[in-house]
Amino acid sequence: MSDFPISIKPFGSNAILIEWPKQVSTEILEDILSFTDALKAKLSSLKEWETISAYNSLTLISKEQPISFSSLEKQLKQWYLEKTNSDTSTKVLWRLPVCYDPVFGIDIAEVANHLKMSEETLIKQHTQKPYTIYGIGFLPGFMYLGGLPKSLEIARRSIPRLKVEKGAVGLAGKQTGIYPQQSPGGWNIIGNCPIPIFDIEESPPCFVKVGDQVQFYQVSMGEYDLRKIEANVGIFKLQKTILDA
Amino acid sequence: MLKVLKAGFYTTIQDRGRFNYRNMGVPVSGTMDQVASTYVNQLLENDATAACLEITMTGPTLVFEEDTYICMGGAKLETTLNNVPVQLYKIYKIVAGDILSYGKLENGFRNYLAVKGGFQTEFVLGSRSFYKPLTSLNRLKDHMEIPYITTPSFESKLQELQMESLFSESVLTVSKGPEYEQLTGKQLKQLFSKEFTIAKENNRMAYQLEEFIEGHEISMLTSATLPGTVQLTSEGKIIILMRDGQTTGGYSRILQLSKKAISILAQKKYGDQISLKLIEV
Repeated sequence: MSDFPISIKPFGSNAILIEWPKQVSTEILEDILSFTDALKAKLSSLKEWETISAYNSLTLISKEQPISFSSLEKQLKQWYLEKTNSDTSTKVLWRLPVCYDPVFGIDIAEVANHLKMSEETLIKQHTQKPYTIYGIGFLPGFMYLGGLPKSLEIARRSIPRLKVEKGAVGLAGKQTGIYPQQSPGGWNIIGNCPIPIFDIEESPPCFVKVGDQVQFYQVSMGEYDLRKIEANVGIFKLQKTILDA
Repeated sequence: MLKVLKAGFYTTIQDRGRFNYRNMGVPVSGTMDQVASTYVNQLLENDATAACLEITMTGPTLVFEEDTYICMGGAKLETTLNNVPVQLYKIYKIVAGDILSYGKLENGFRNYLAVKGGFQTEFVLGSRSFYKPLTSLNRLKDHMEIPYITTPSFESKLQELQMESLFSESVLTVSKGPEYEQLTGKQLKQLFSKEFTIAKENNRMAYQLEEFIEGHEISMLTSATLPGTVQLTSEGKIIILMRDGQTTGGYSRILQLSKKAISILAQKKYGDQISLKLIEV
């Protein structure tokens, strides 16, 4: 793994932004994760810090104390040079059920028509390969997933909906994802995932993390209902595979 | 218990915020005017993390069912305790059965009511700050009850505080945001020479400004945002994220409000005017 030219910018009195080249790539993602890991060992009182990583950036936020930009910038550059590129965090491939029935996939017919393919082909392509989680944001548990086949790229709806259901699986531009809670939204909805991505009763409340992968598999209406009940009573067993580093 | 006879326009429970979950997309939340909420808690000698009521524009009517001490700060509303007018930043002793009624808004937008020991509502992921669906409610409802600890007697070090009001201030100090360098000369001139008007679209998530500046066609990859991040959309609309704002966004982050500027803005409402002033971090 190679090092990248990084740039460091101030971001208000309490935060600092580290940016990698403006690309969506797994090499950059790996580098950000390994640097985040290195920082966890370096920043002695990590309790005082929060981190947000997304695509090509890592933001460090000091919760209470304002930071001194110039000294932290110097320190970060030094630590980046010293970094050994050993990402020790375990990455997981999660397999998540999605029901593509038109009851949930309210736009699936329109999307298939627009993309000039059958609904079956659309579902096959959407479930074919794992997606990489490049970031979590926008809403608690909302994953920014990369790796959507080009054939499934479709513009977001011209008029956003005021209400998109919790669990709705959507397509927009180069992205696919799950609405973790009911929310307004402009994505094209092709299905629904019965498993809550964010649950305050769980620890941690969000089982996925940046760097993990997600692969969808199709379930029938009947299986959807069953998985939903299992998830609600807490007996649903997530299908997970530990990925080799 | 604190009995809520009338909840008011938008009243929530807020503390300093919900930390450590931003990497999972959870906004930090917490009081919008942290200057005001810090003072009311300090006067009552509460922990910095004590939860208070954040009262927006139209206040509630409340009955205290246990003895305690209270203190109010932030926006000025006509407020009475058992029909006697009360002041801001002053401690009042409460006896079971006392009624606190909020009336007309006089100045500012958000008032803070702190109680000795803090309100004891549900504690979710390290905070009591309302944020649905993490918390079961997004705002107070009529006739609900809010728990607090009984305090029959309390000798405070200070009885009241002379506070300089932030309401008359309309200049928001800002530092350069991550995408500041992309701004054109024309955009910079528009940003720092004009007065801006608070749009109808203003809430705990974000404040939008009515006047647009020149737009742009620079796209960026989604990246972190903070309370006080000033975003510029491609059409030239200005959006200032606040305490419930999303943790990541795809609009250019042109400026970043200072902490004090966030408190000043939190007291502005639809139609109020502000201007921006650039400072070094």
